Amino acid sequence: MPLLTPSRDVQRPAAAGAAAPAIELVNVSRRFVTPEGKAMTALRDFDMVVGQGEFACVVGPTGCGKSTTLNLVTGLARPSAGEVRVMGQPVGGVDPGVGFVFQTDALFPWRSVLDNVAAGPLYRGVPRKEAYEKARDWIARVHLAKFEQHYPHQLSGGMRKRVALAQTFINEPKILLMDEPFSALDVQTRTLMQDELLALWSGTGASVVFVTHDLEEAVALADKVYVLTAGPATVKTVFNVDLPRPRVMSEIRYDQHFVEVCKVIWDALREEVQIGQQRTMDSGH
Amino acid sequence: MTDMTMPSRAVPSSEDIETAARAALARRKRLVVGLRVGILVAVLAGWEISTRLEWIDPFFFASPSGIFSQIAIWITDGTSQGPLWEQVLVTLEETVLGFLIGAVGGVACGILLGRNKLLADVFSIYIKIANSVPRVVLGSIFIIAFGLGMASKVALAVVMVFFVVFANAFQGVREADRAMIANAQILGASPVQITRTVIIPSAMSWILASLHVSFGFALVGAVVGEFLGAKKGIGLLISTAQGAFNANGVFAAMIILAVVALVVEFAITWVENHLVRWKPTPFHEQT
Repeated sequence: MPLLTPSRDVQRPAAAGAAAPAIELVNVSRRFVTPEGKAMTALRDFDMVVGQGEFACVVGPTGCGKSTTLNLVTGLARPSAGEVRVMGQPVGGVDPGVGFVFQTDALFPWRSVLDNVAAGPLYRGVPRKEAYEKARDWIARVHLAKFEQHYPHQLSGGMRKRVALAQTFINEPKILLMDEPFSALDVQTRTLMQDELLALWSGTGASVVFVTHDLEEAVALADKVYVLTAGPATVKTVFNVDLPRPRVMSEIRYDQHFVEVCKVIWDALREEVQIGQQRTMDSGH
Repeated sequence: MTDMTMPSRAVPSSEDIETAARAALARRKRLVVGLRVGILVAVLAGWEISTRLEWIDPFFFASPSGIFSQIAIWITDGTSQGPLWEQVLVTLEETVLGFLIGAVGGVACGILLGRNKLLADVFSIYIKIANSVPRVVLGSIFIIAFGLGMASKVALAVVMVFFVVFANAFQGVREADRAMIANAQILGASPVQITRTVIIPSAMSWILASLHVSFGFALVGAVVGEFLGAKKGIGLLISTAQGAFNANGVFAAMIILAVVALVVEFAITWVENHLVRWKPTPFHEQT
């Protein structure tokens, strides 16, 4: 299959500078101690390189440690071994160039849509007037101009996700991390939101790491798909997806090449999903 | 043969349905209010009649007319310790002062300990111990320490309020959503900004819930303090009436206390509704 190139993708870290990849995880392991006092390994010998402006998706069996990769990049979690670099620099704390879209609703329910979107610039010390102007602009870009004064509970799930996207994009992140952001939405809304995301992302030059358990979503969005093993997670295979951009979500799923790519990646993923399933059943949880 | 459609009867328009629903609602509201008034009248009339017929002794159990005339006398002629409004004002002042100091202290300590795991682990044991002491007993200490004036009542009201508010504020801080805090952090919030814009608002509904309960506690603190020894206040009015075997006086003072408590409760609810505008309306209020 010449169009699809599985590779073990273990690139050596590049020197800091303009040419450095946006995100590098080099031989990273992450262990943590559960409240019961048992040591758990979430990630093991994990390697990942995301170039600047690249859209990478991470797929893997449920509960394998996909989200841990994102937490390591934000600096909210530290690696037990190995190194995490953002723009060639080792991660030391929350990087201002990072944006994060959560799986659950992380909007502030006591703030209106406008105040939610303006939160980032306000936290960062942008003058109020300027912050609100910017917020209005971003709210318009996600088509919620009429809902500026609404509170999150007055909006639908899809609208809340739009607010979350605007809230993240307003900080103009160089690195965009997304943790199953659309998994709680119904299928139609999800397709719309995927289009919305690609539209917002294109032209920003931001690098994206998008964690999902939905393989088709991963293939439709990504330049590169990382398939992880059942936990403790490590990279099983990396697939490059060469579907042309711009992509239209509602059409791409009928594209012959898209179907082929999905099939190939699914073959790699299926094994891990089965291992994960088996393990869950054996442990009786 | 059955014909399910009934062309003779027109399908009711949505306007008709709405009118009918509104009428039904109004009827129900009238019924509830009517029953409430009916129960009040029945109890008061039953009480009054039983005392008039001497089924129960009005000397020990008072009577509605006696209570009413006692309140009237207090309002027109004043009480044995000065005008009625003065007694109400003194008790209210002690209550409000104690409530404010206790609530502010409780919220501040709750947030501090809620945000700092080490402090929480160290102090939790002492707070548990202090909380298990029946606080009304502290009233005696406060009277000895602060004298018969206002300070001892305020102190008792403070300790009554503090622990309730503290426990709620602490719990509210602990329940703050992890994802929301992480979101604020990544959006660029400093720890102080997180406390101010995420922690305090999310603890607010817990805190407000505790304020409802604890105002009642503050009132109890002030009145019990006045019982134990005071120069003015409704508590003193009650203990004077008790000393004189004036059952009407005790009930009259109780009713005045209840009115005060209801008015303040109303004010707190009003403030609460303004502070938590962002919340979805609870279903039972959507009528």
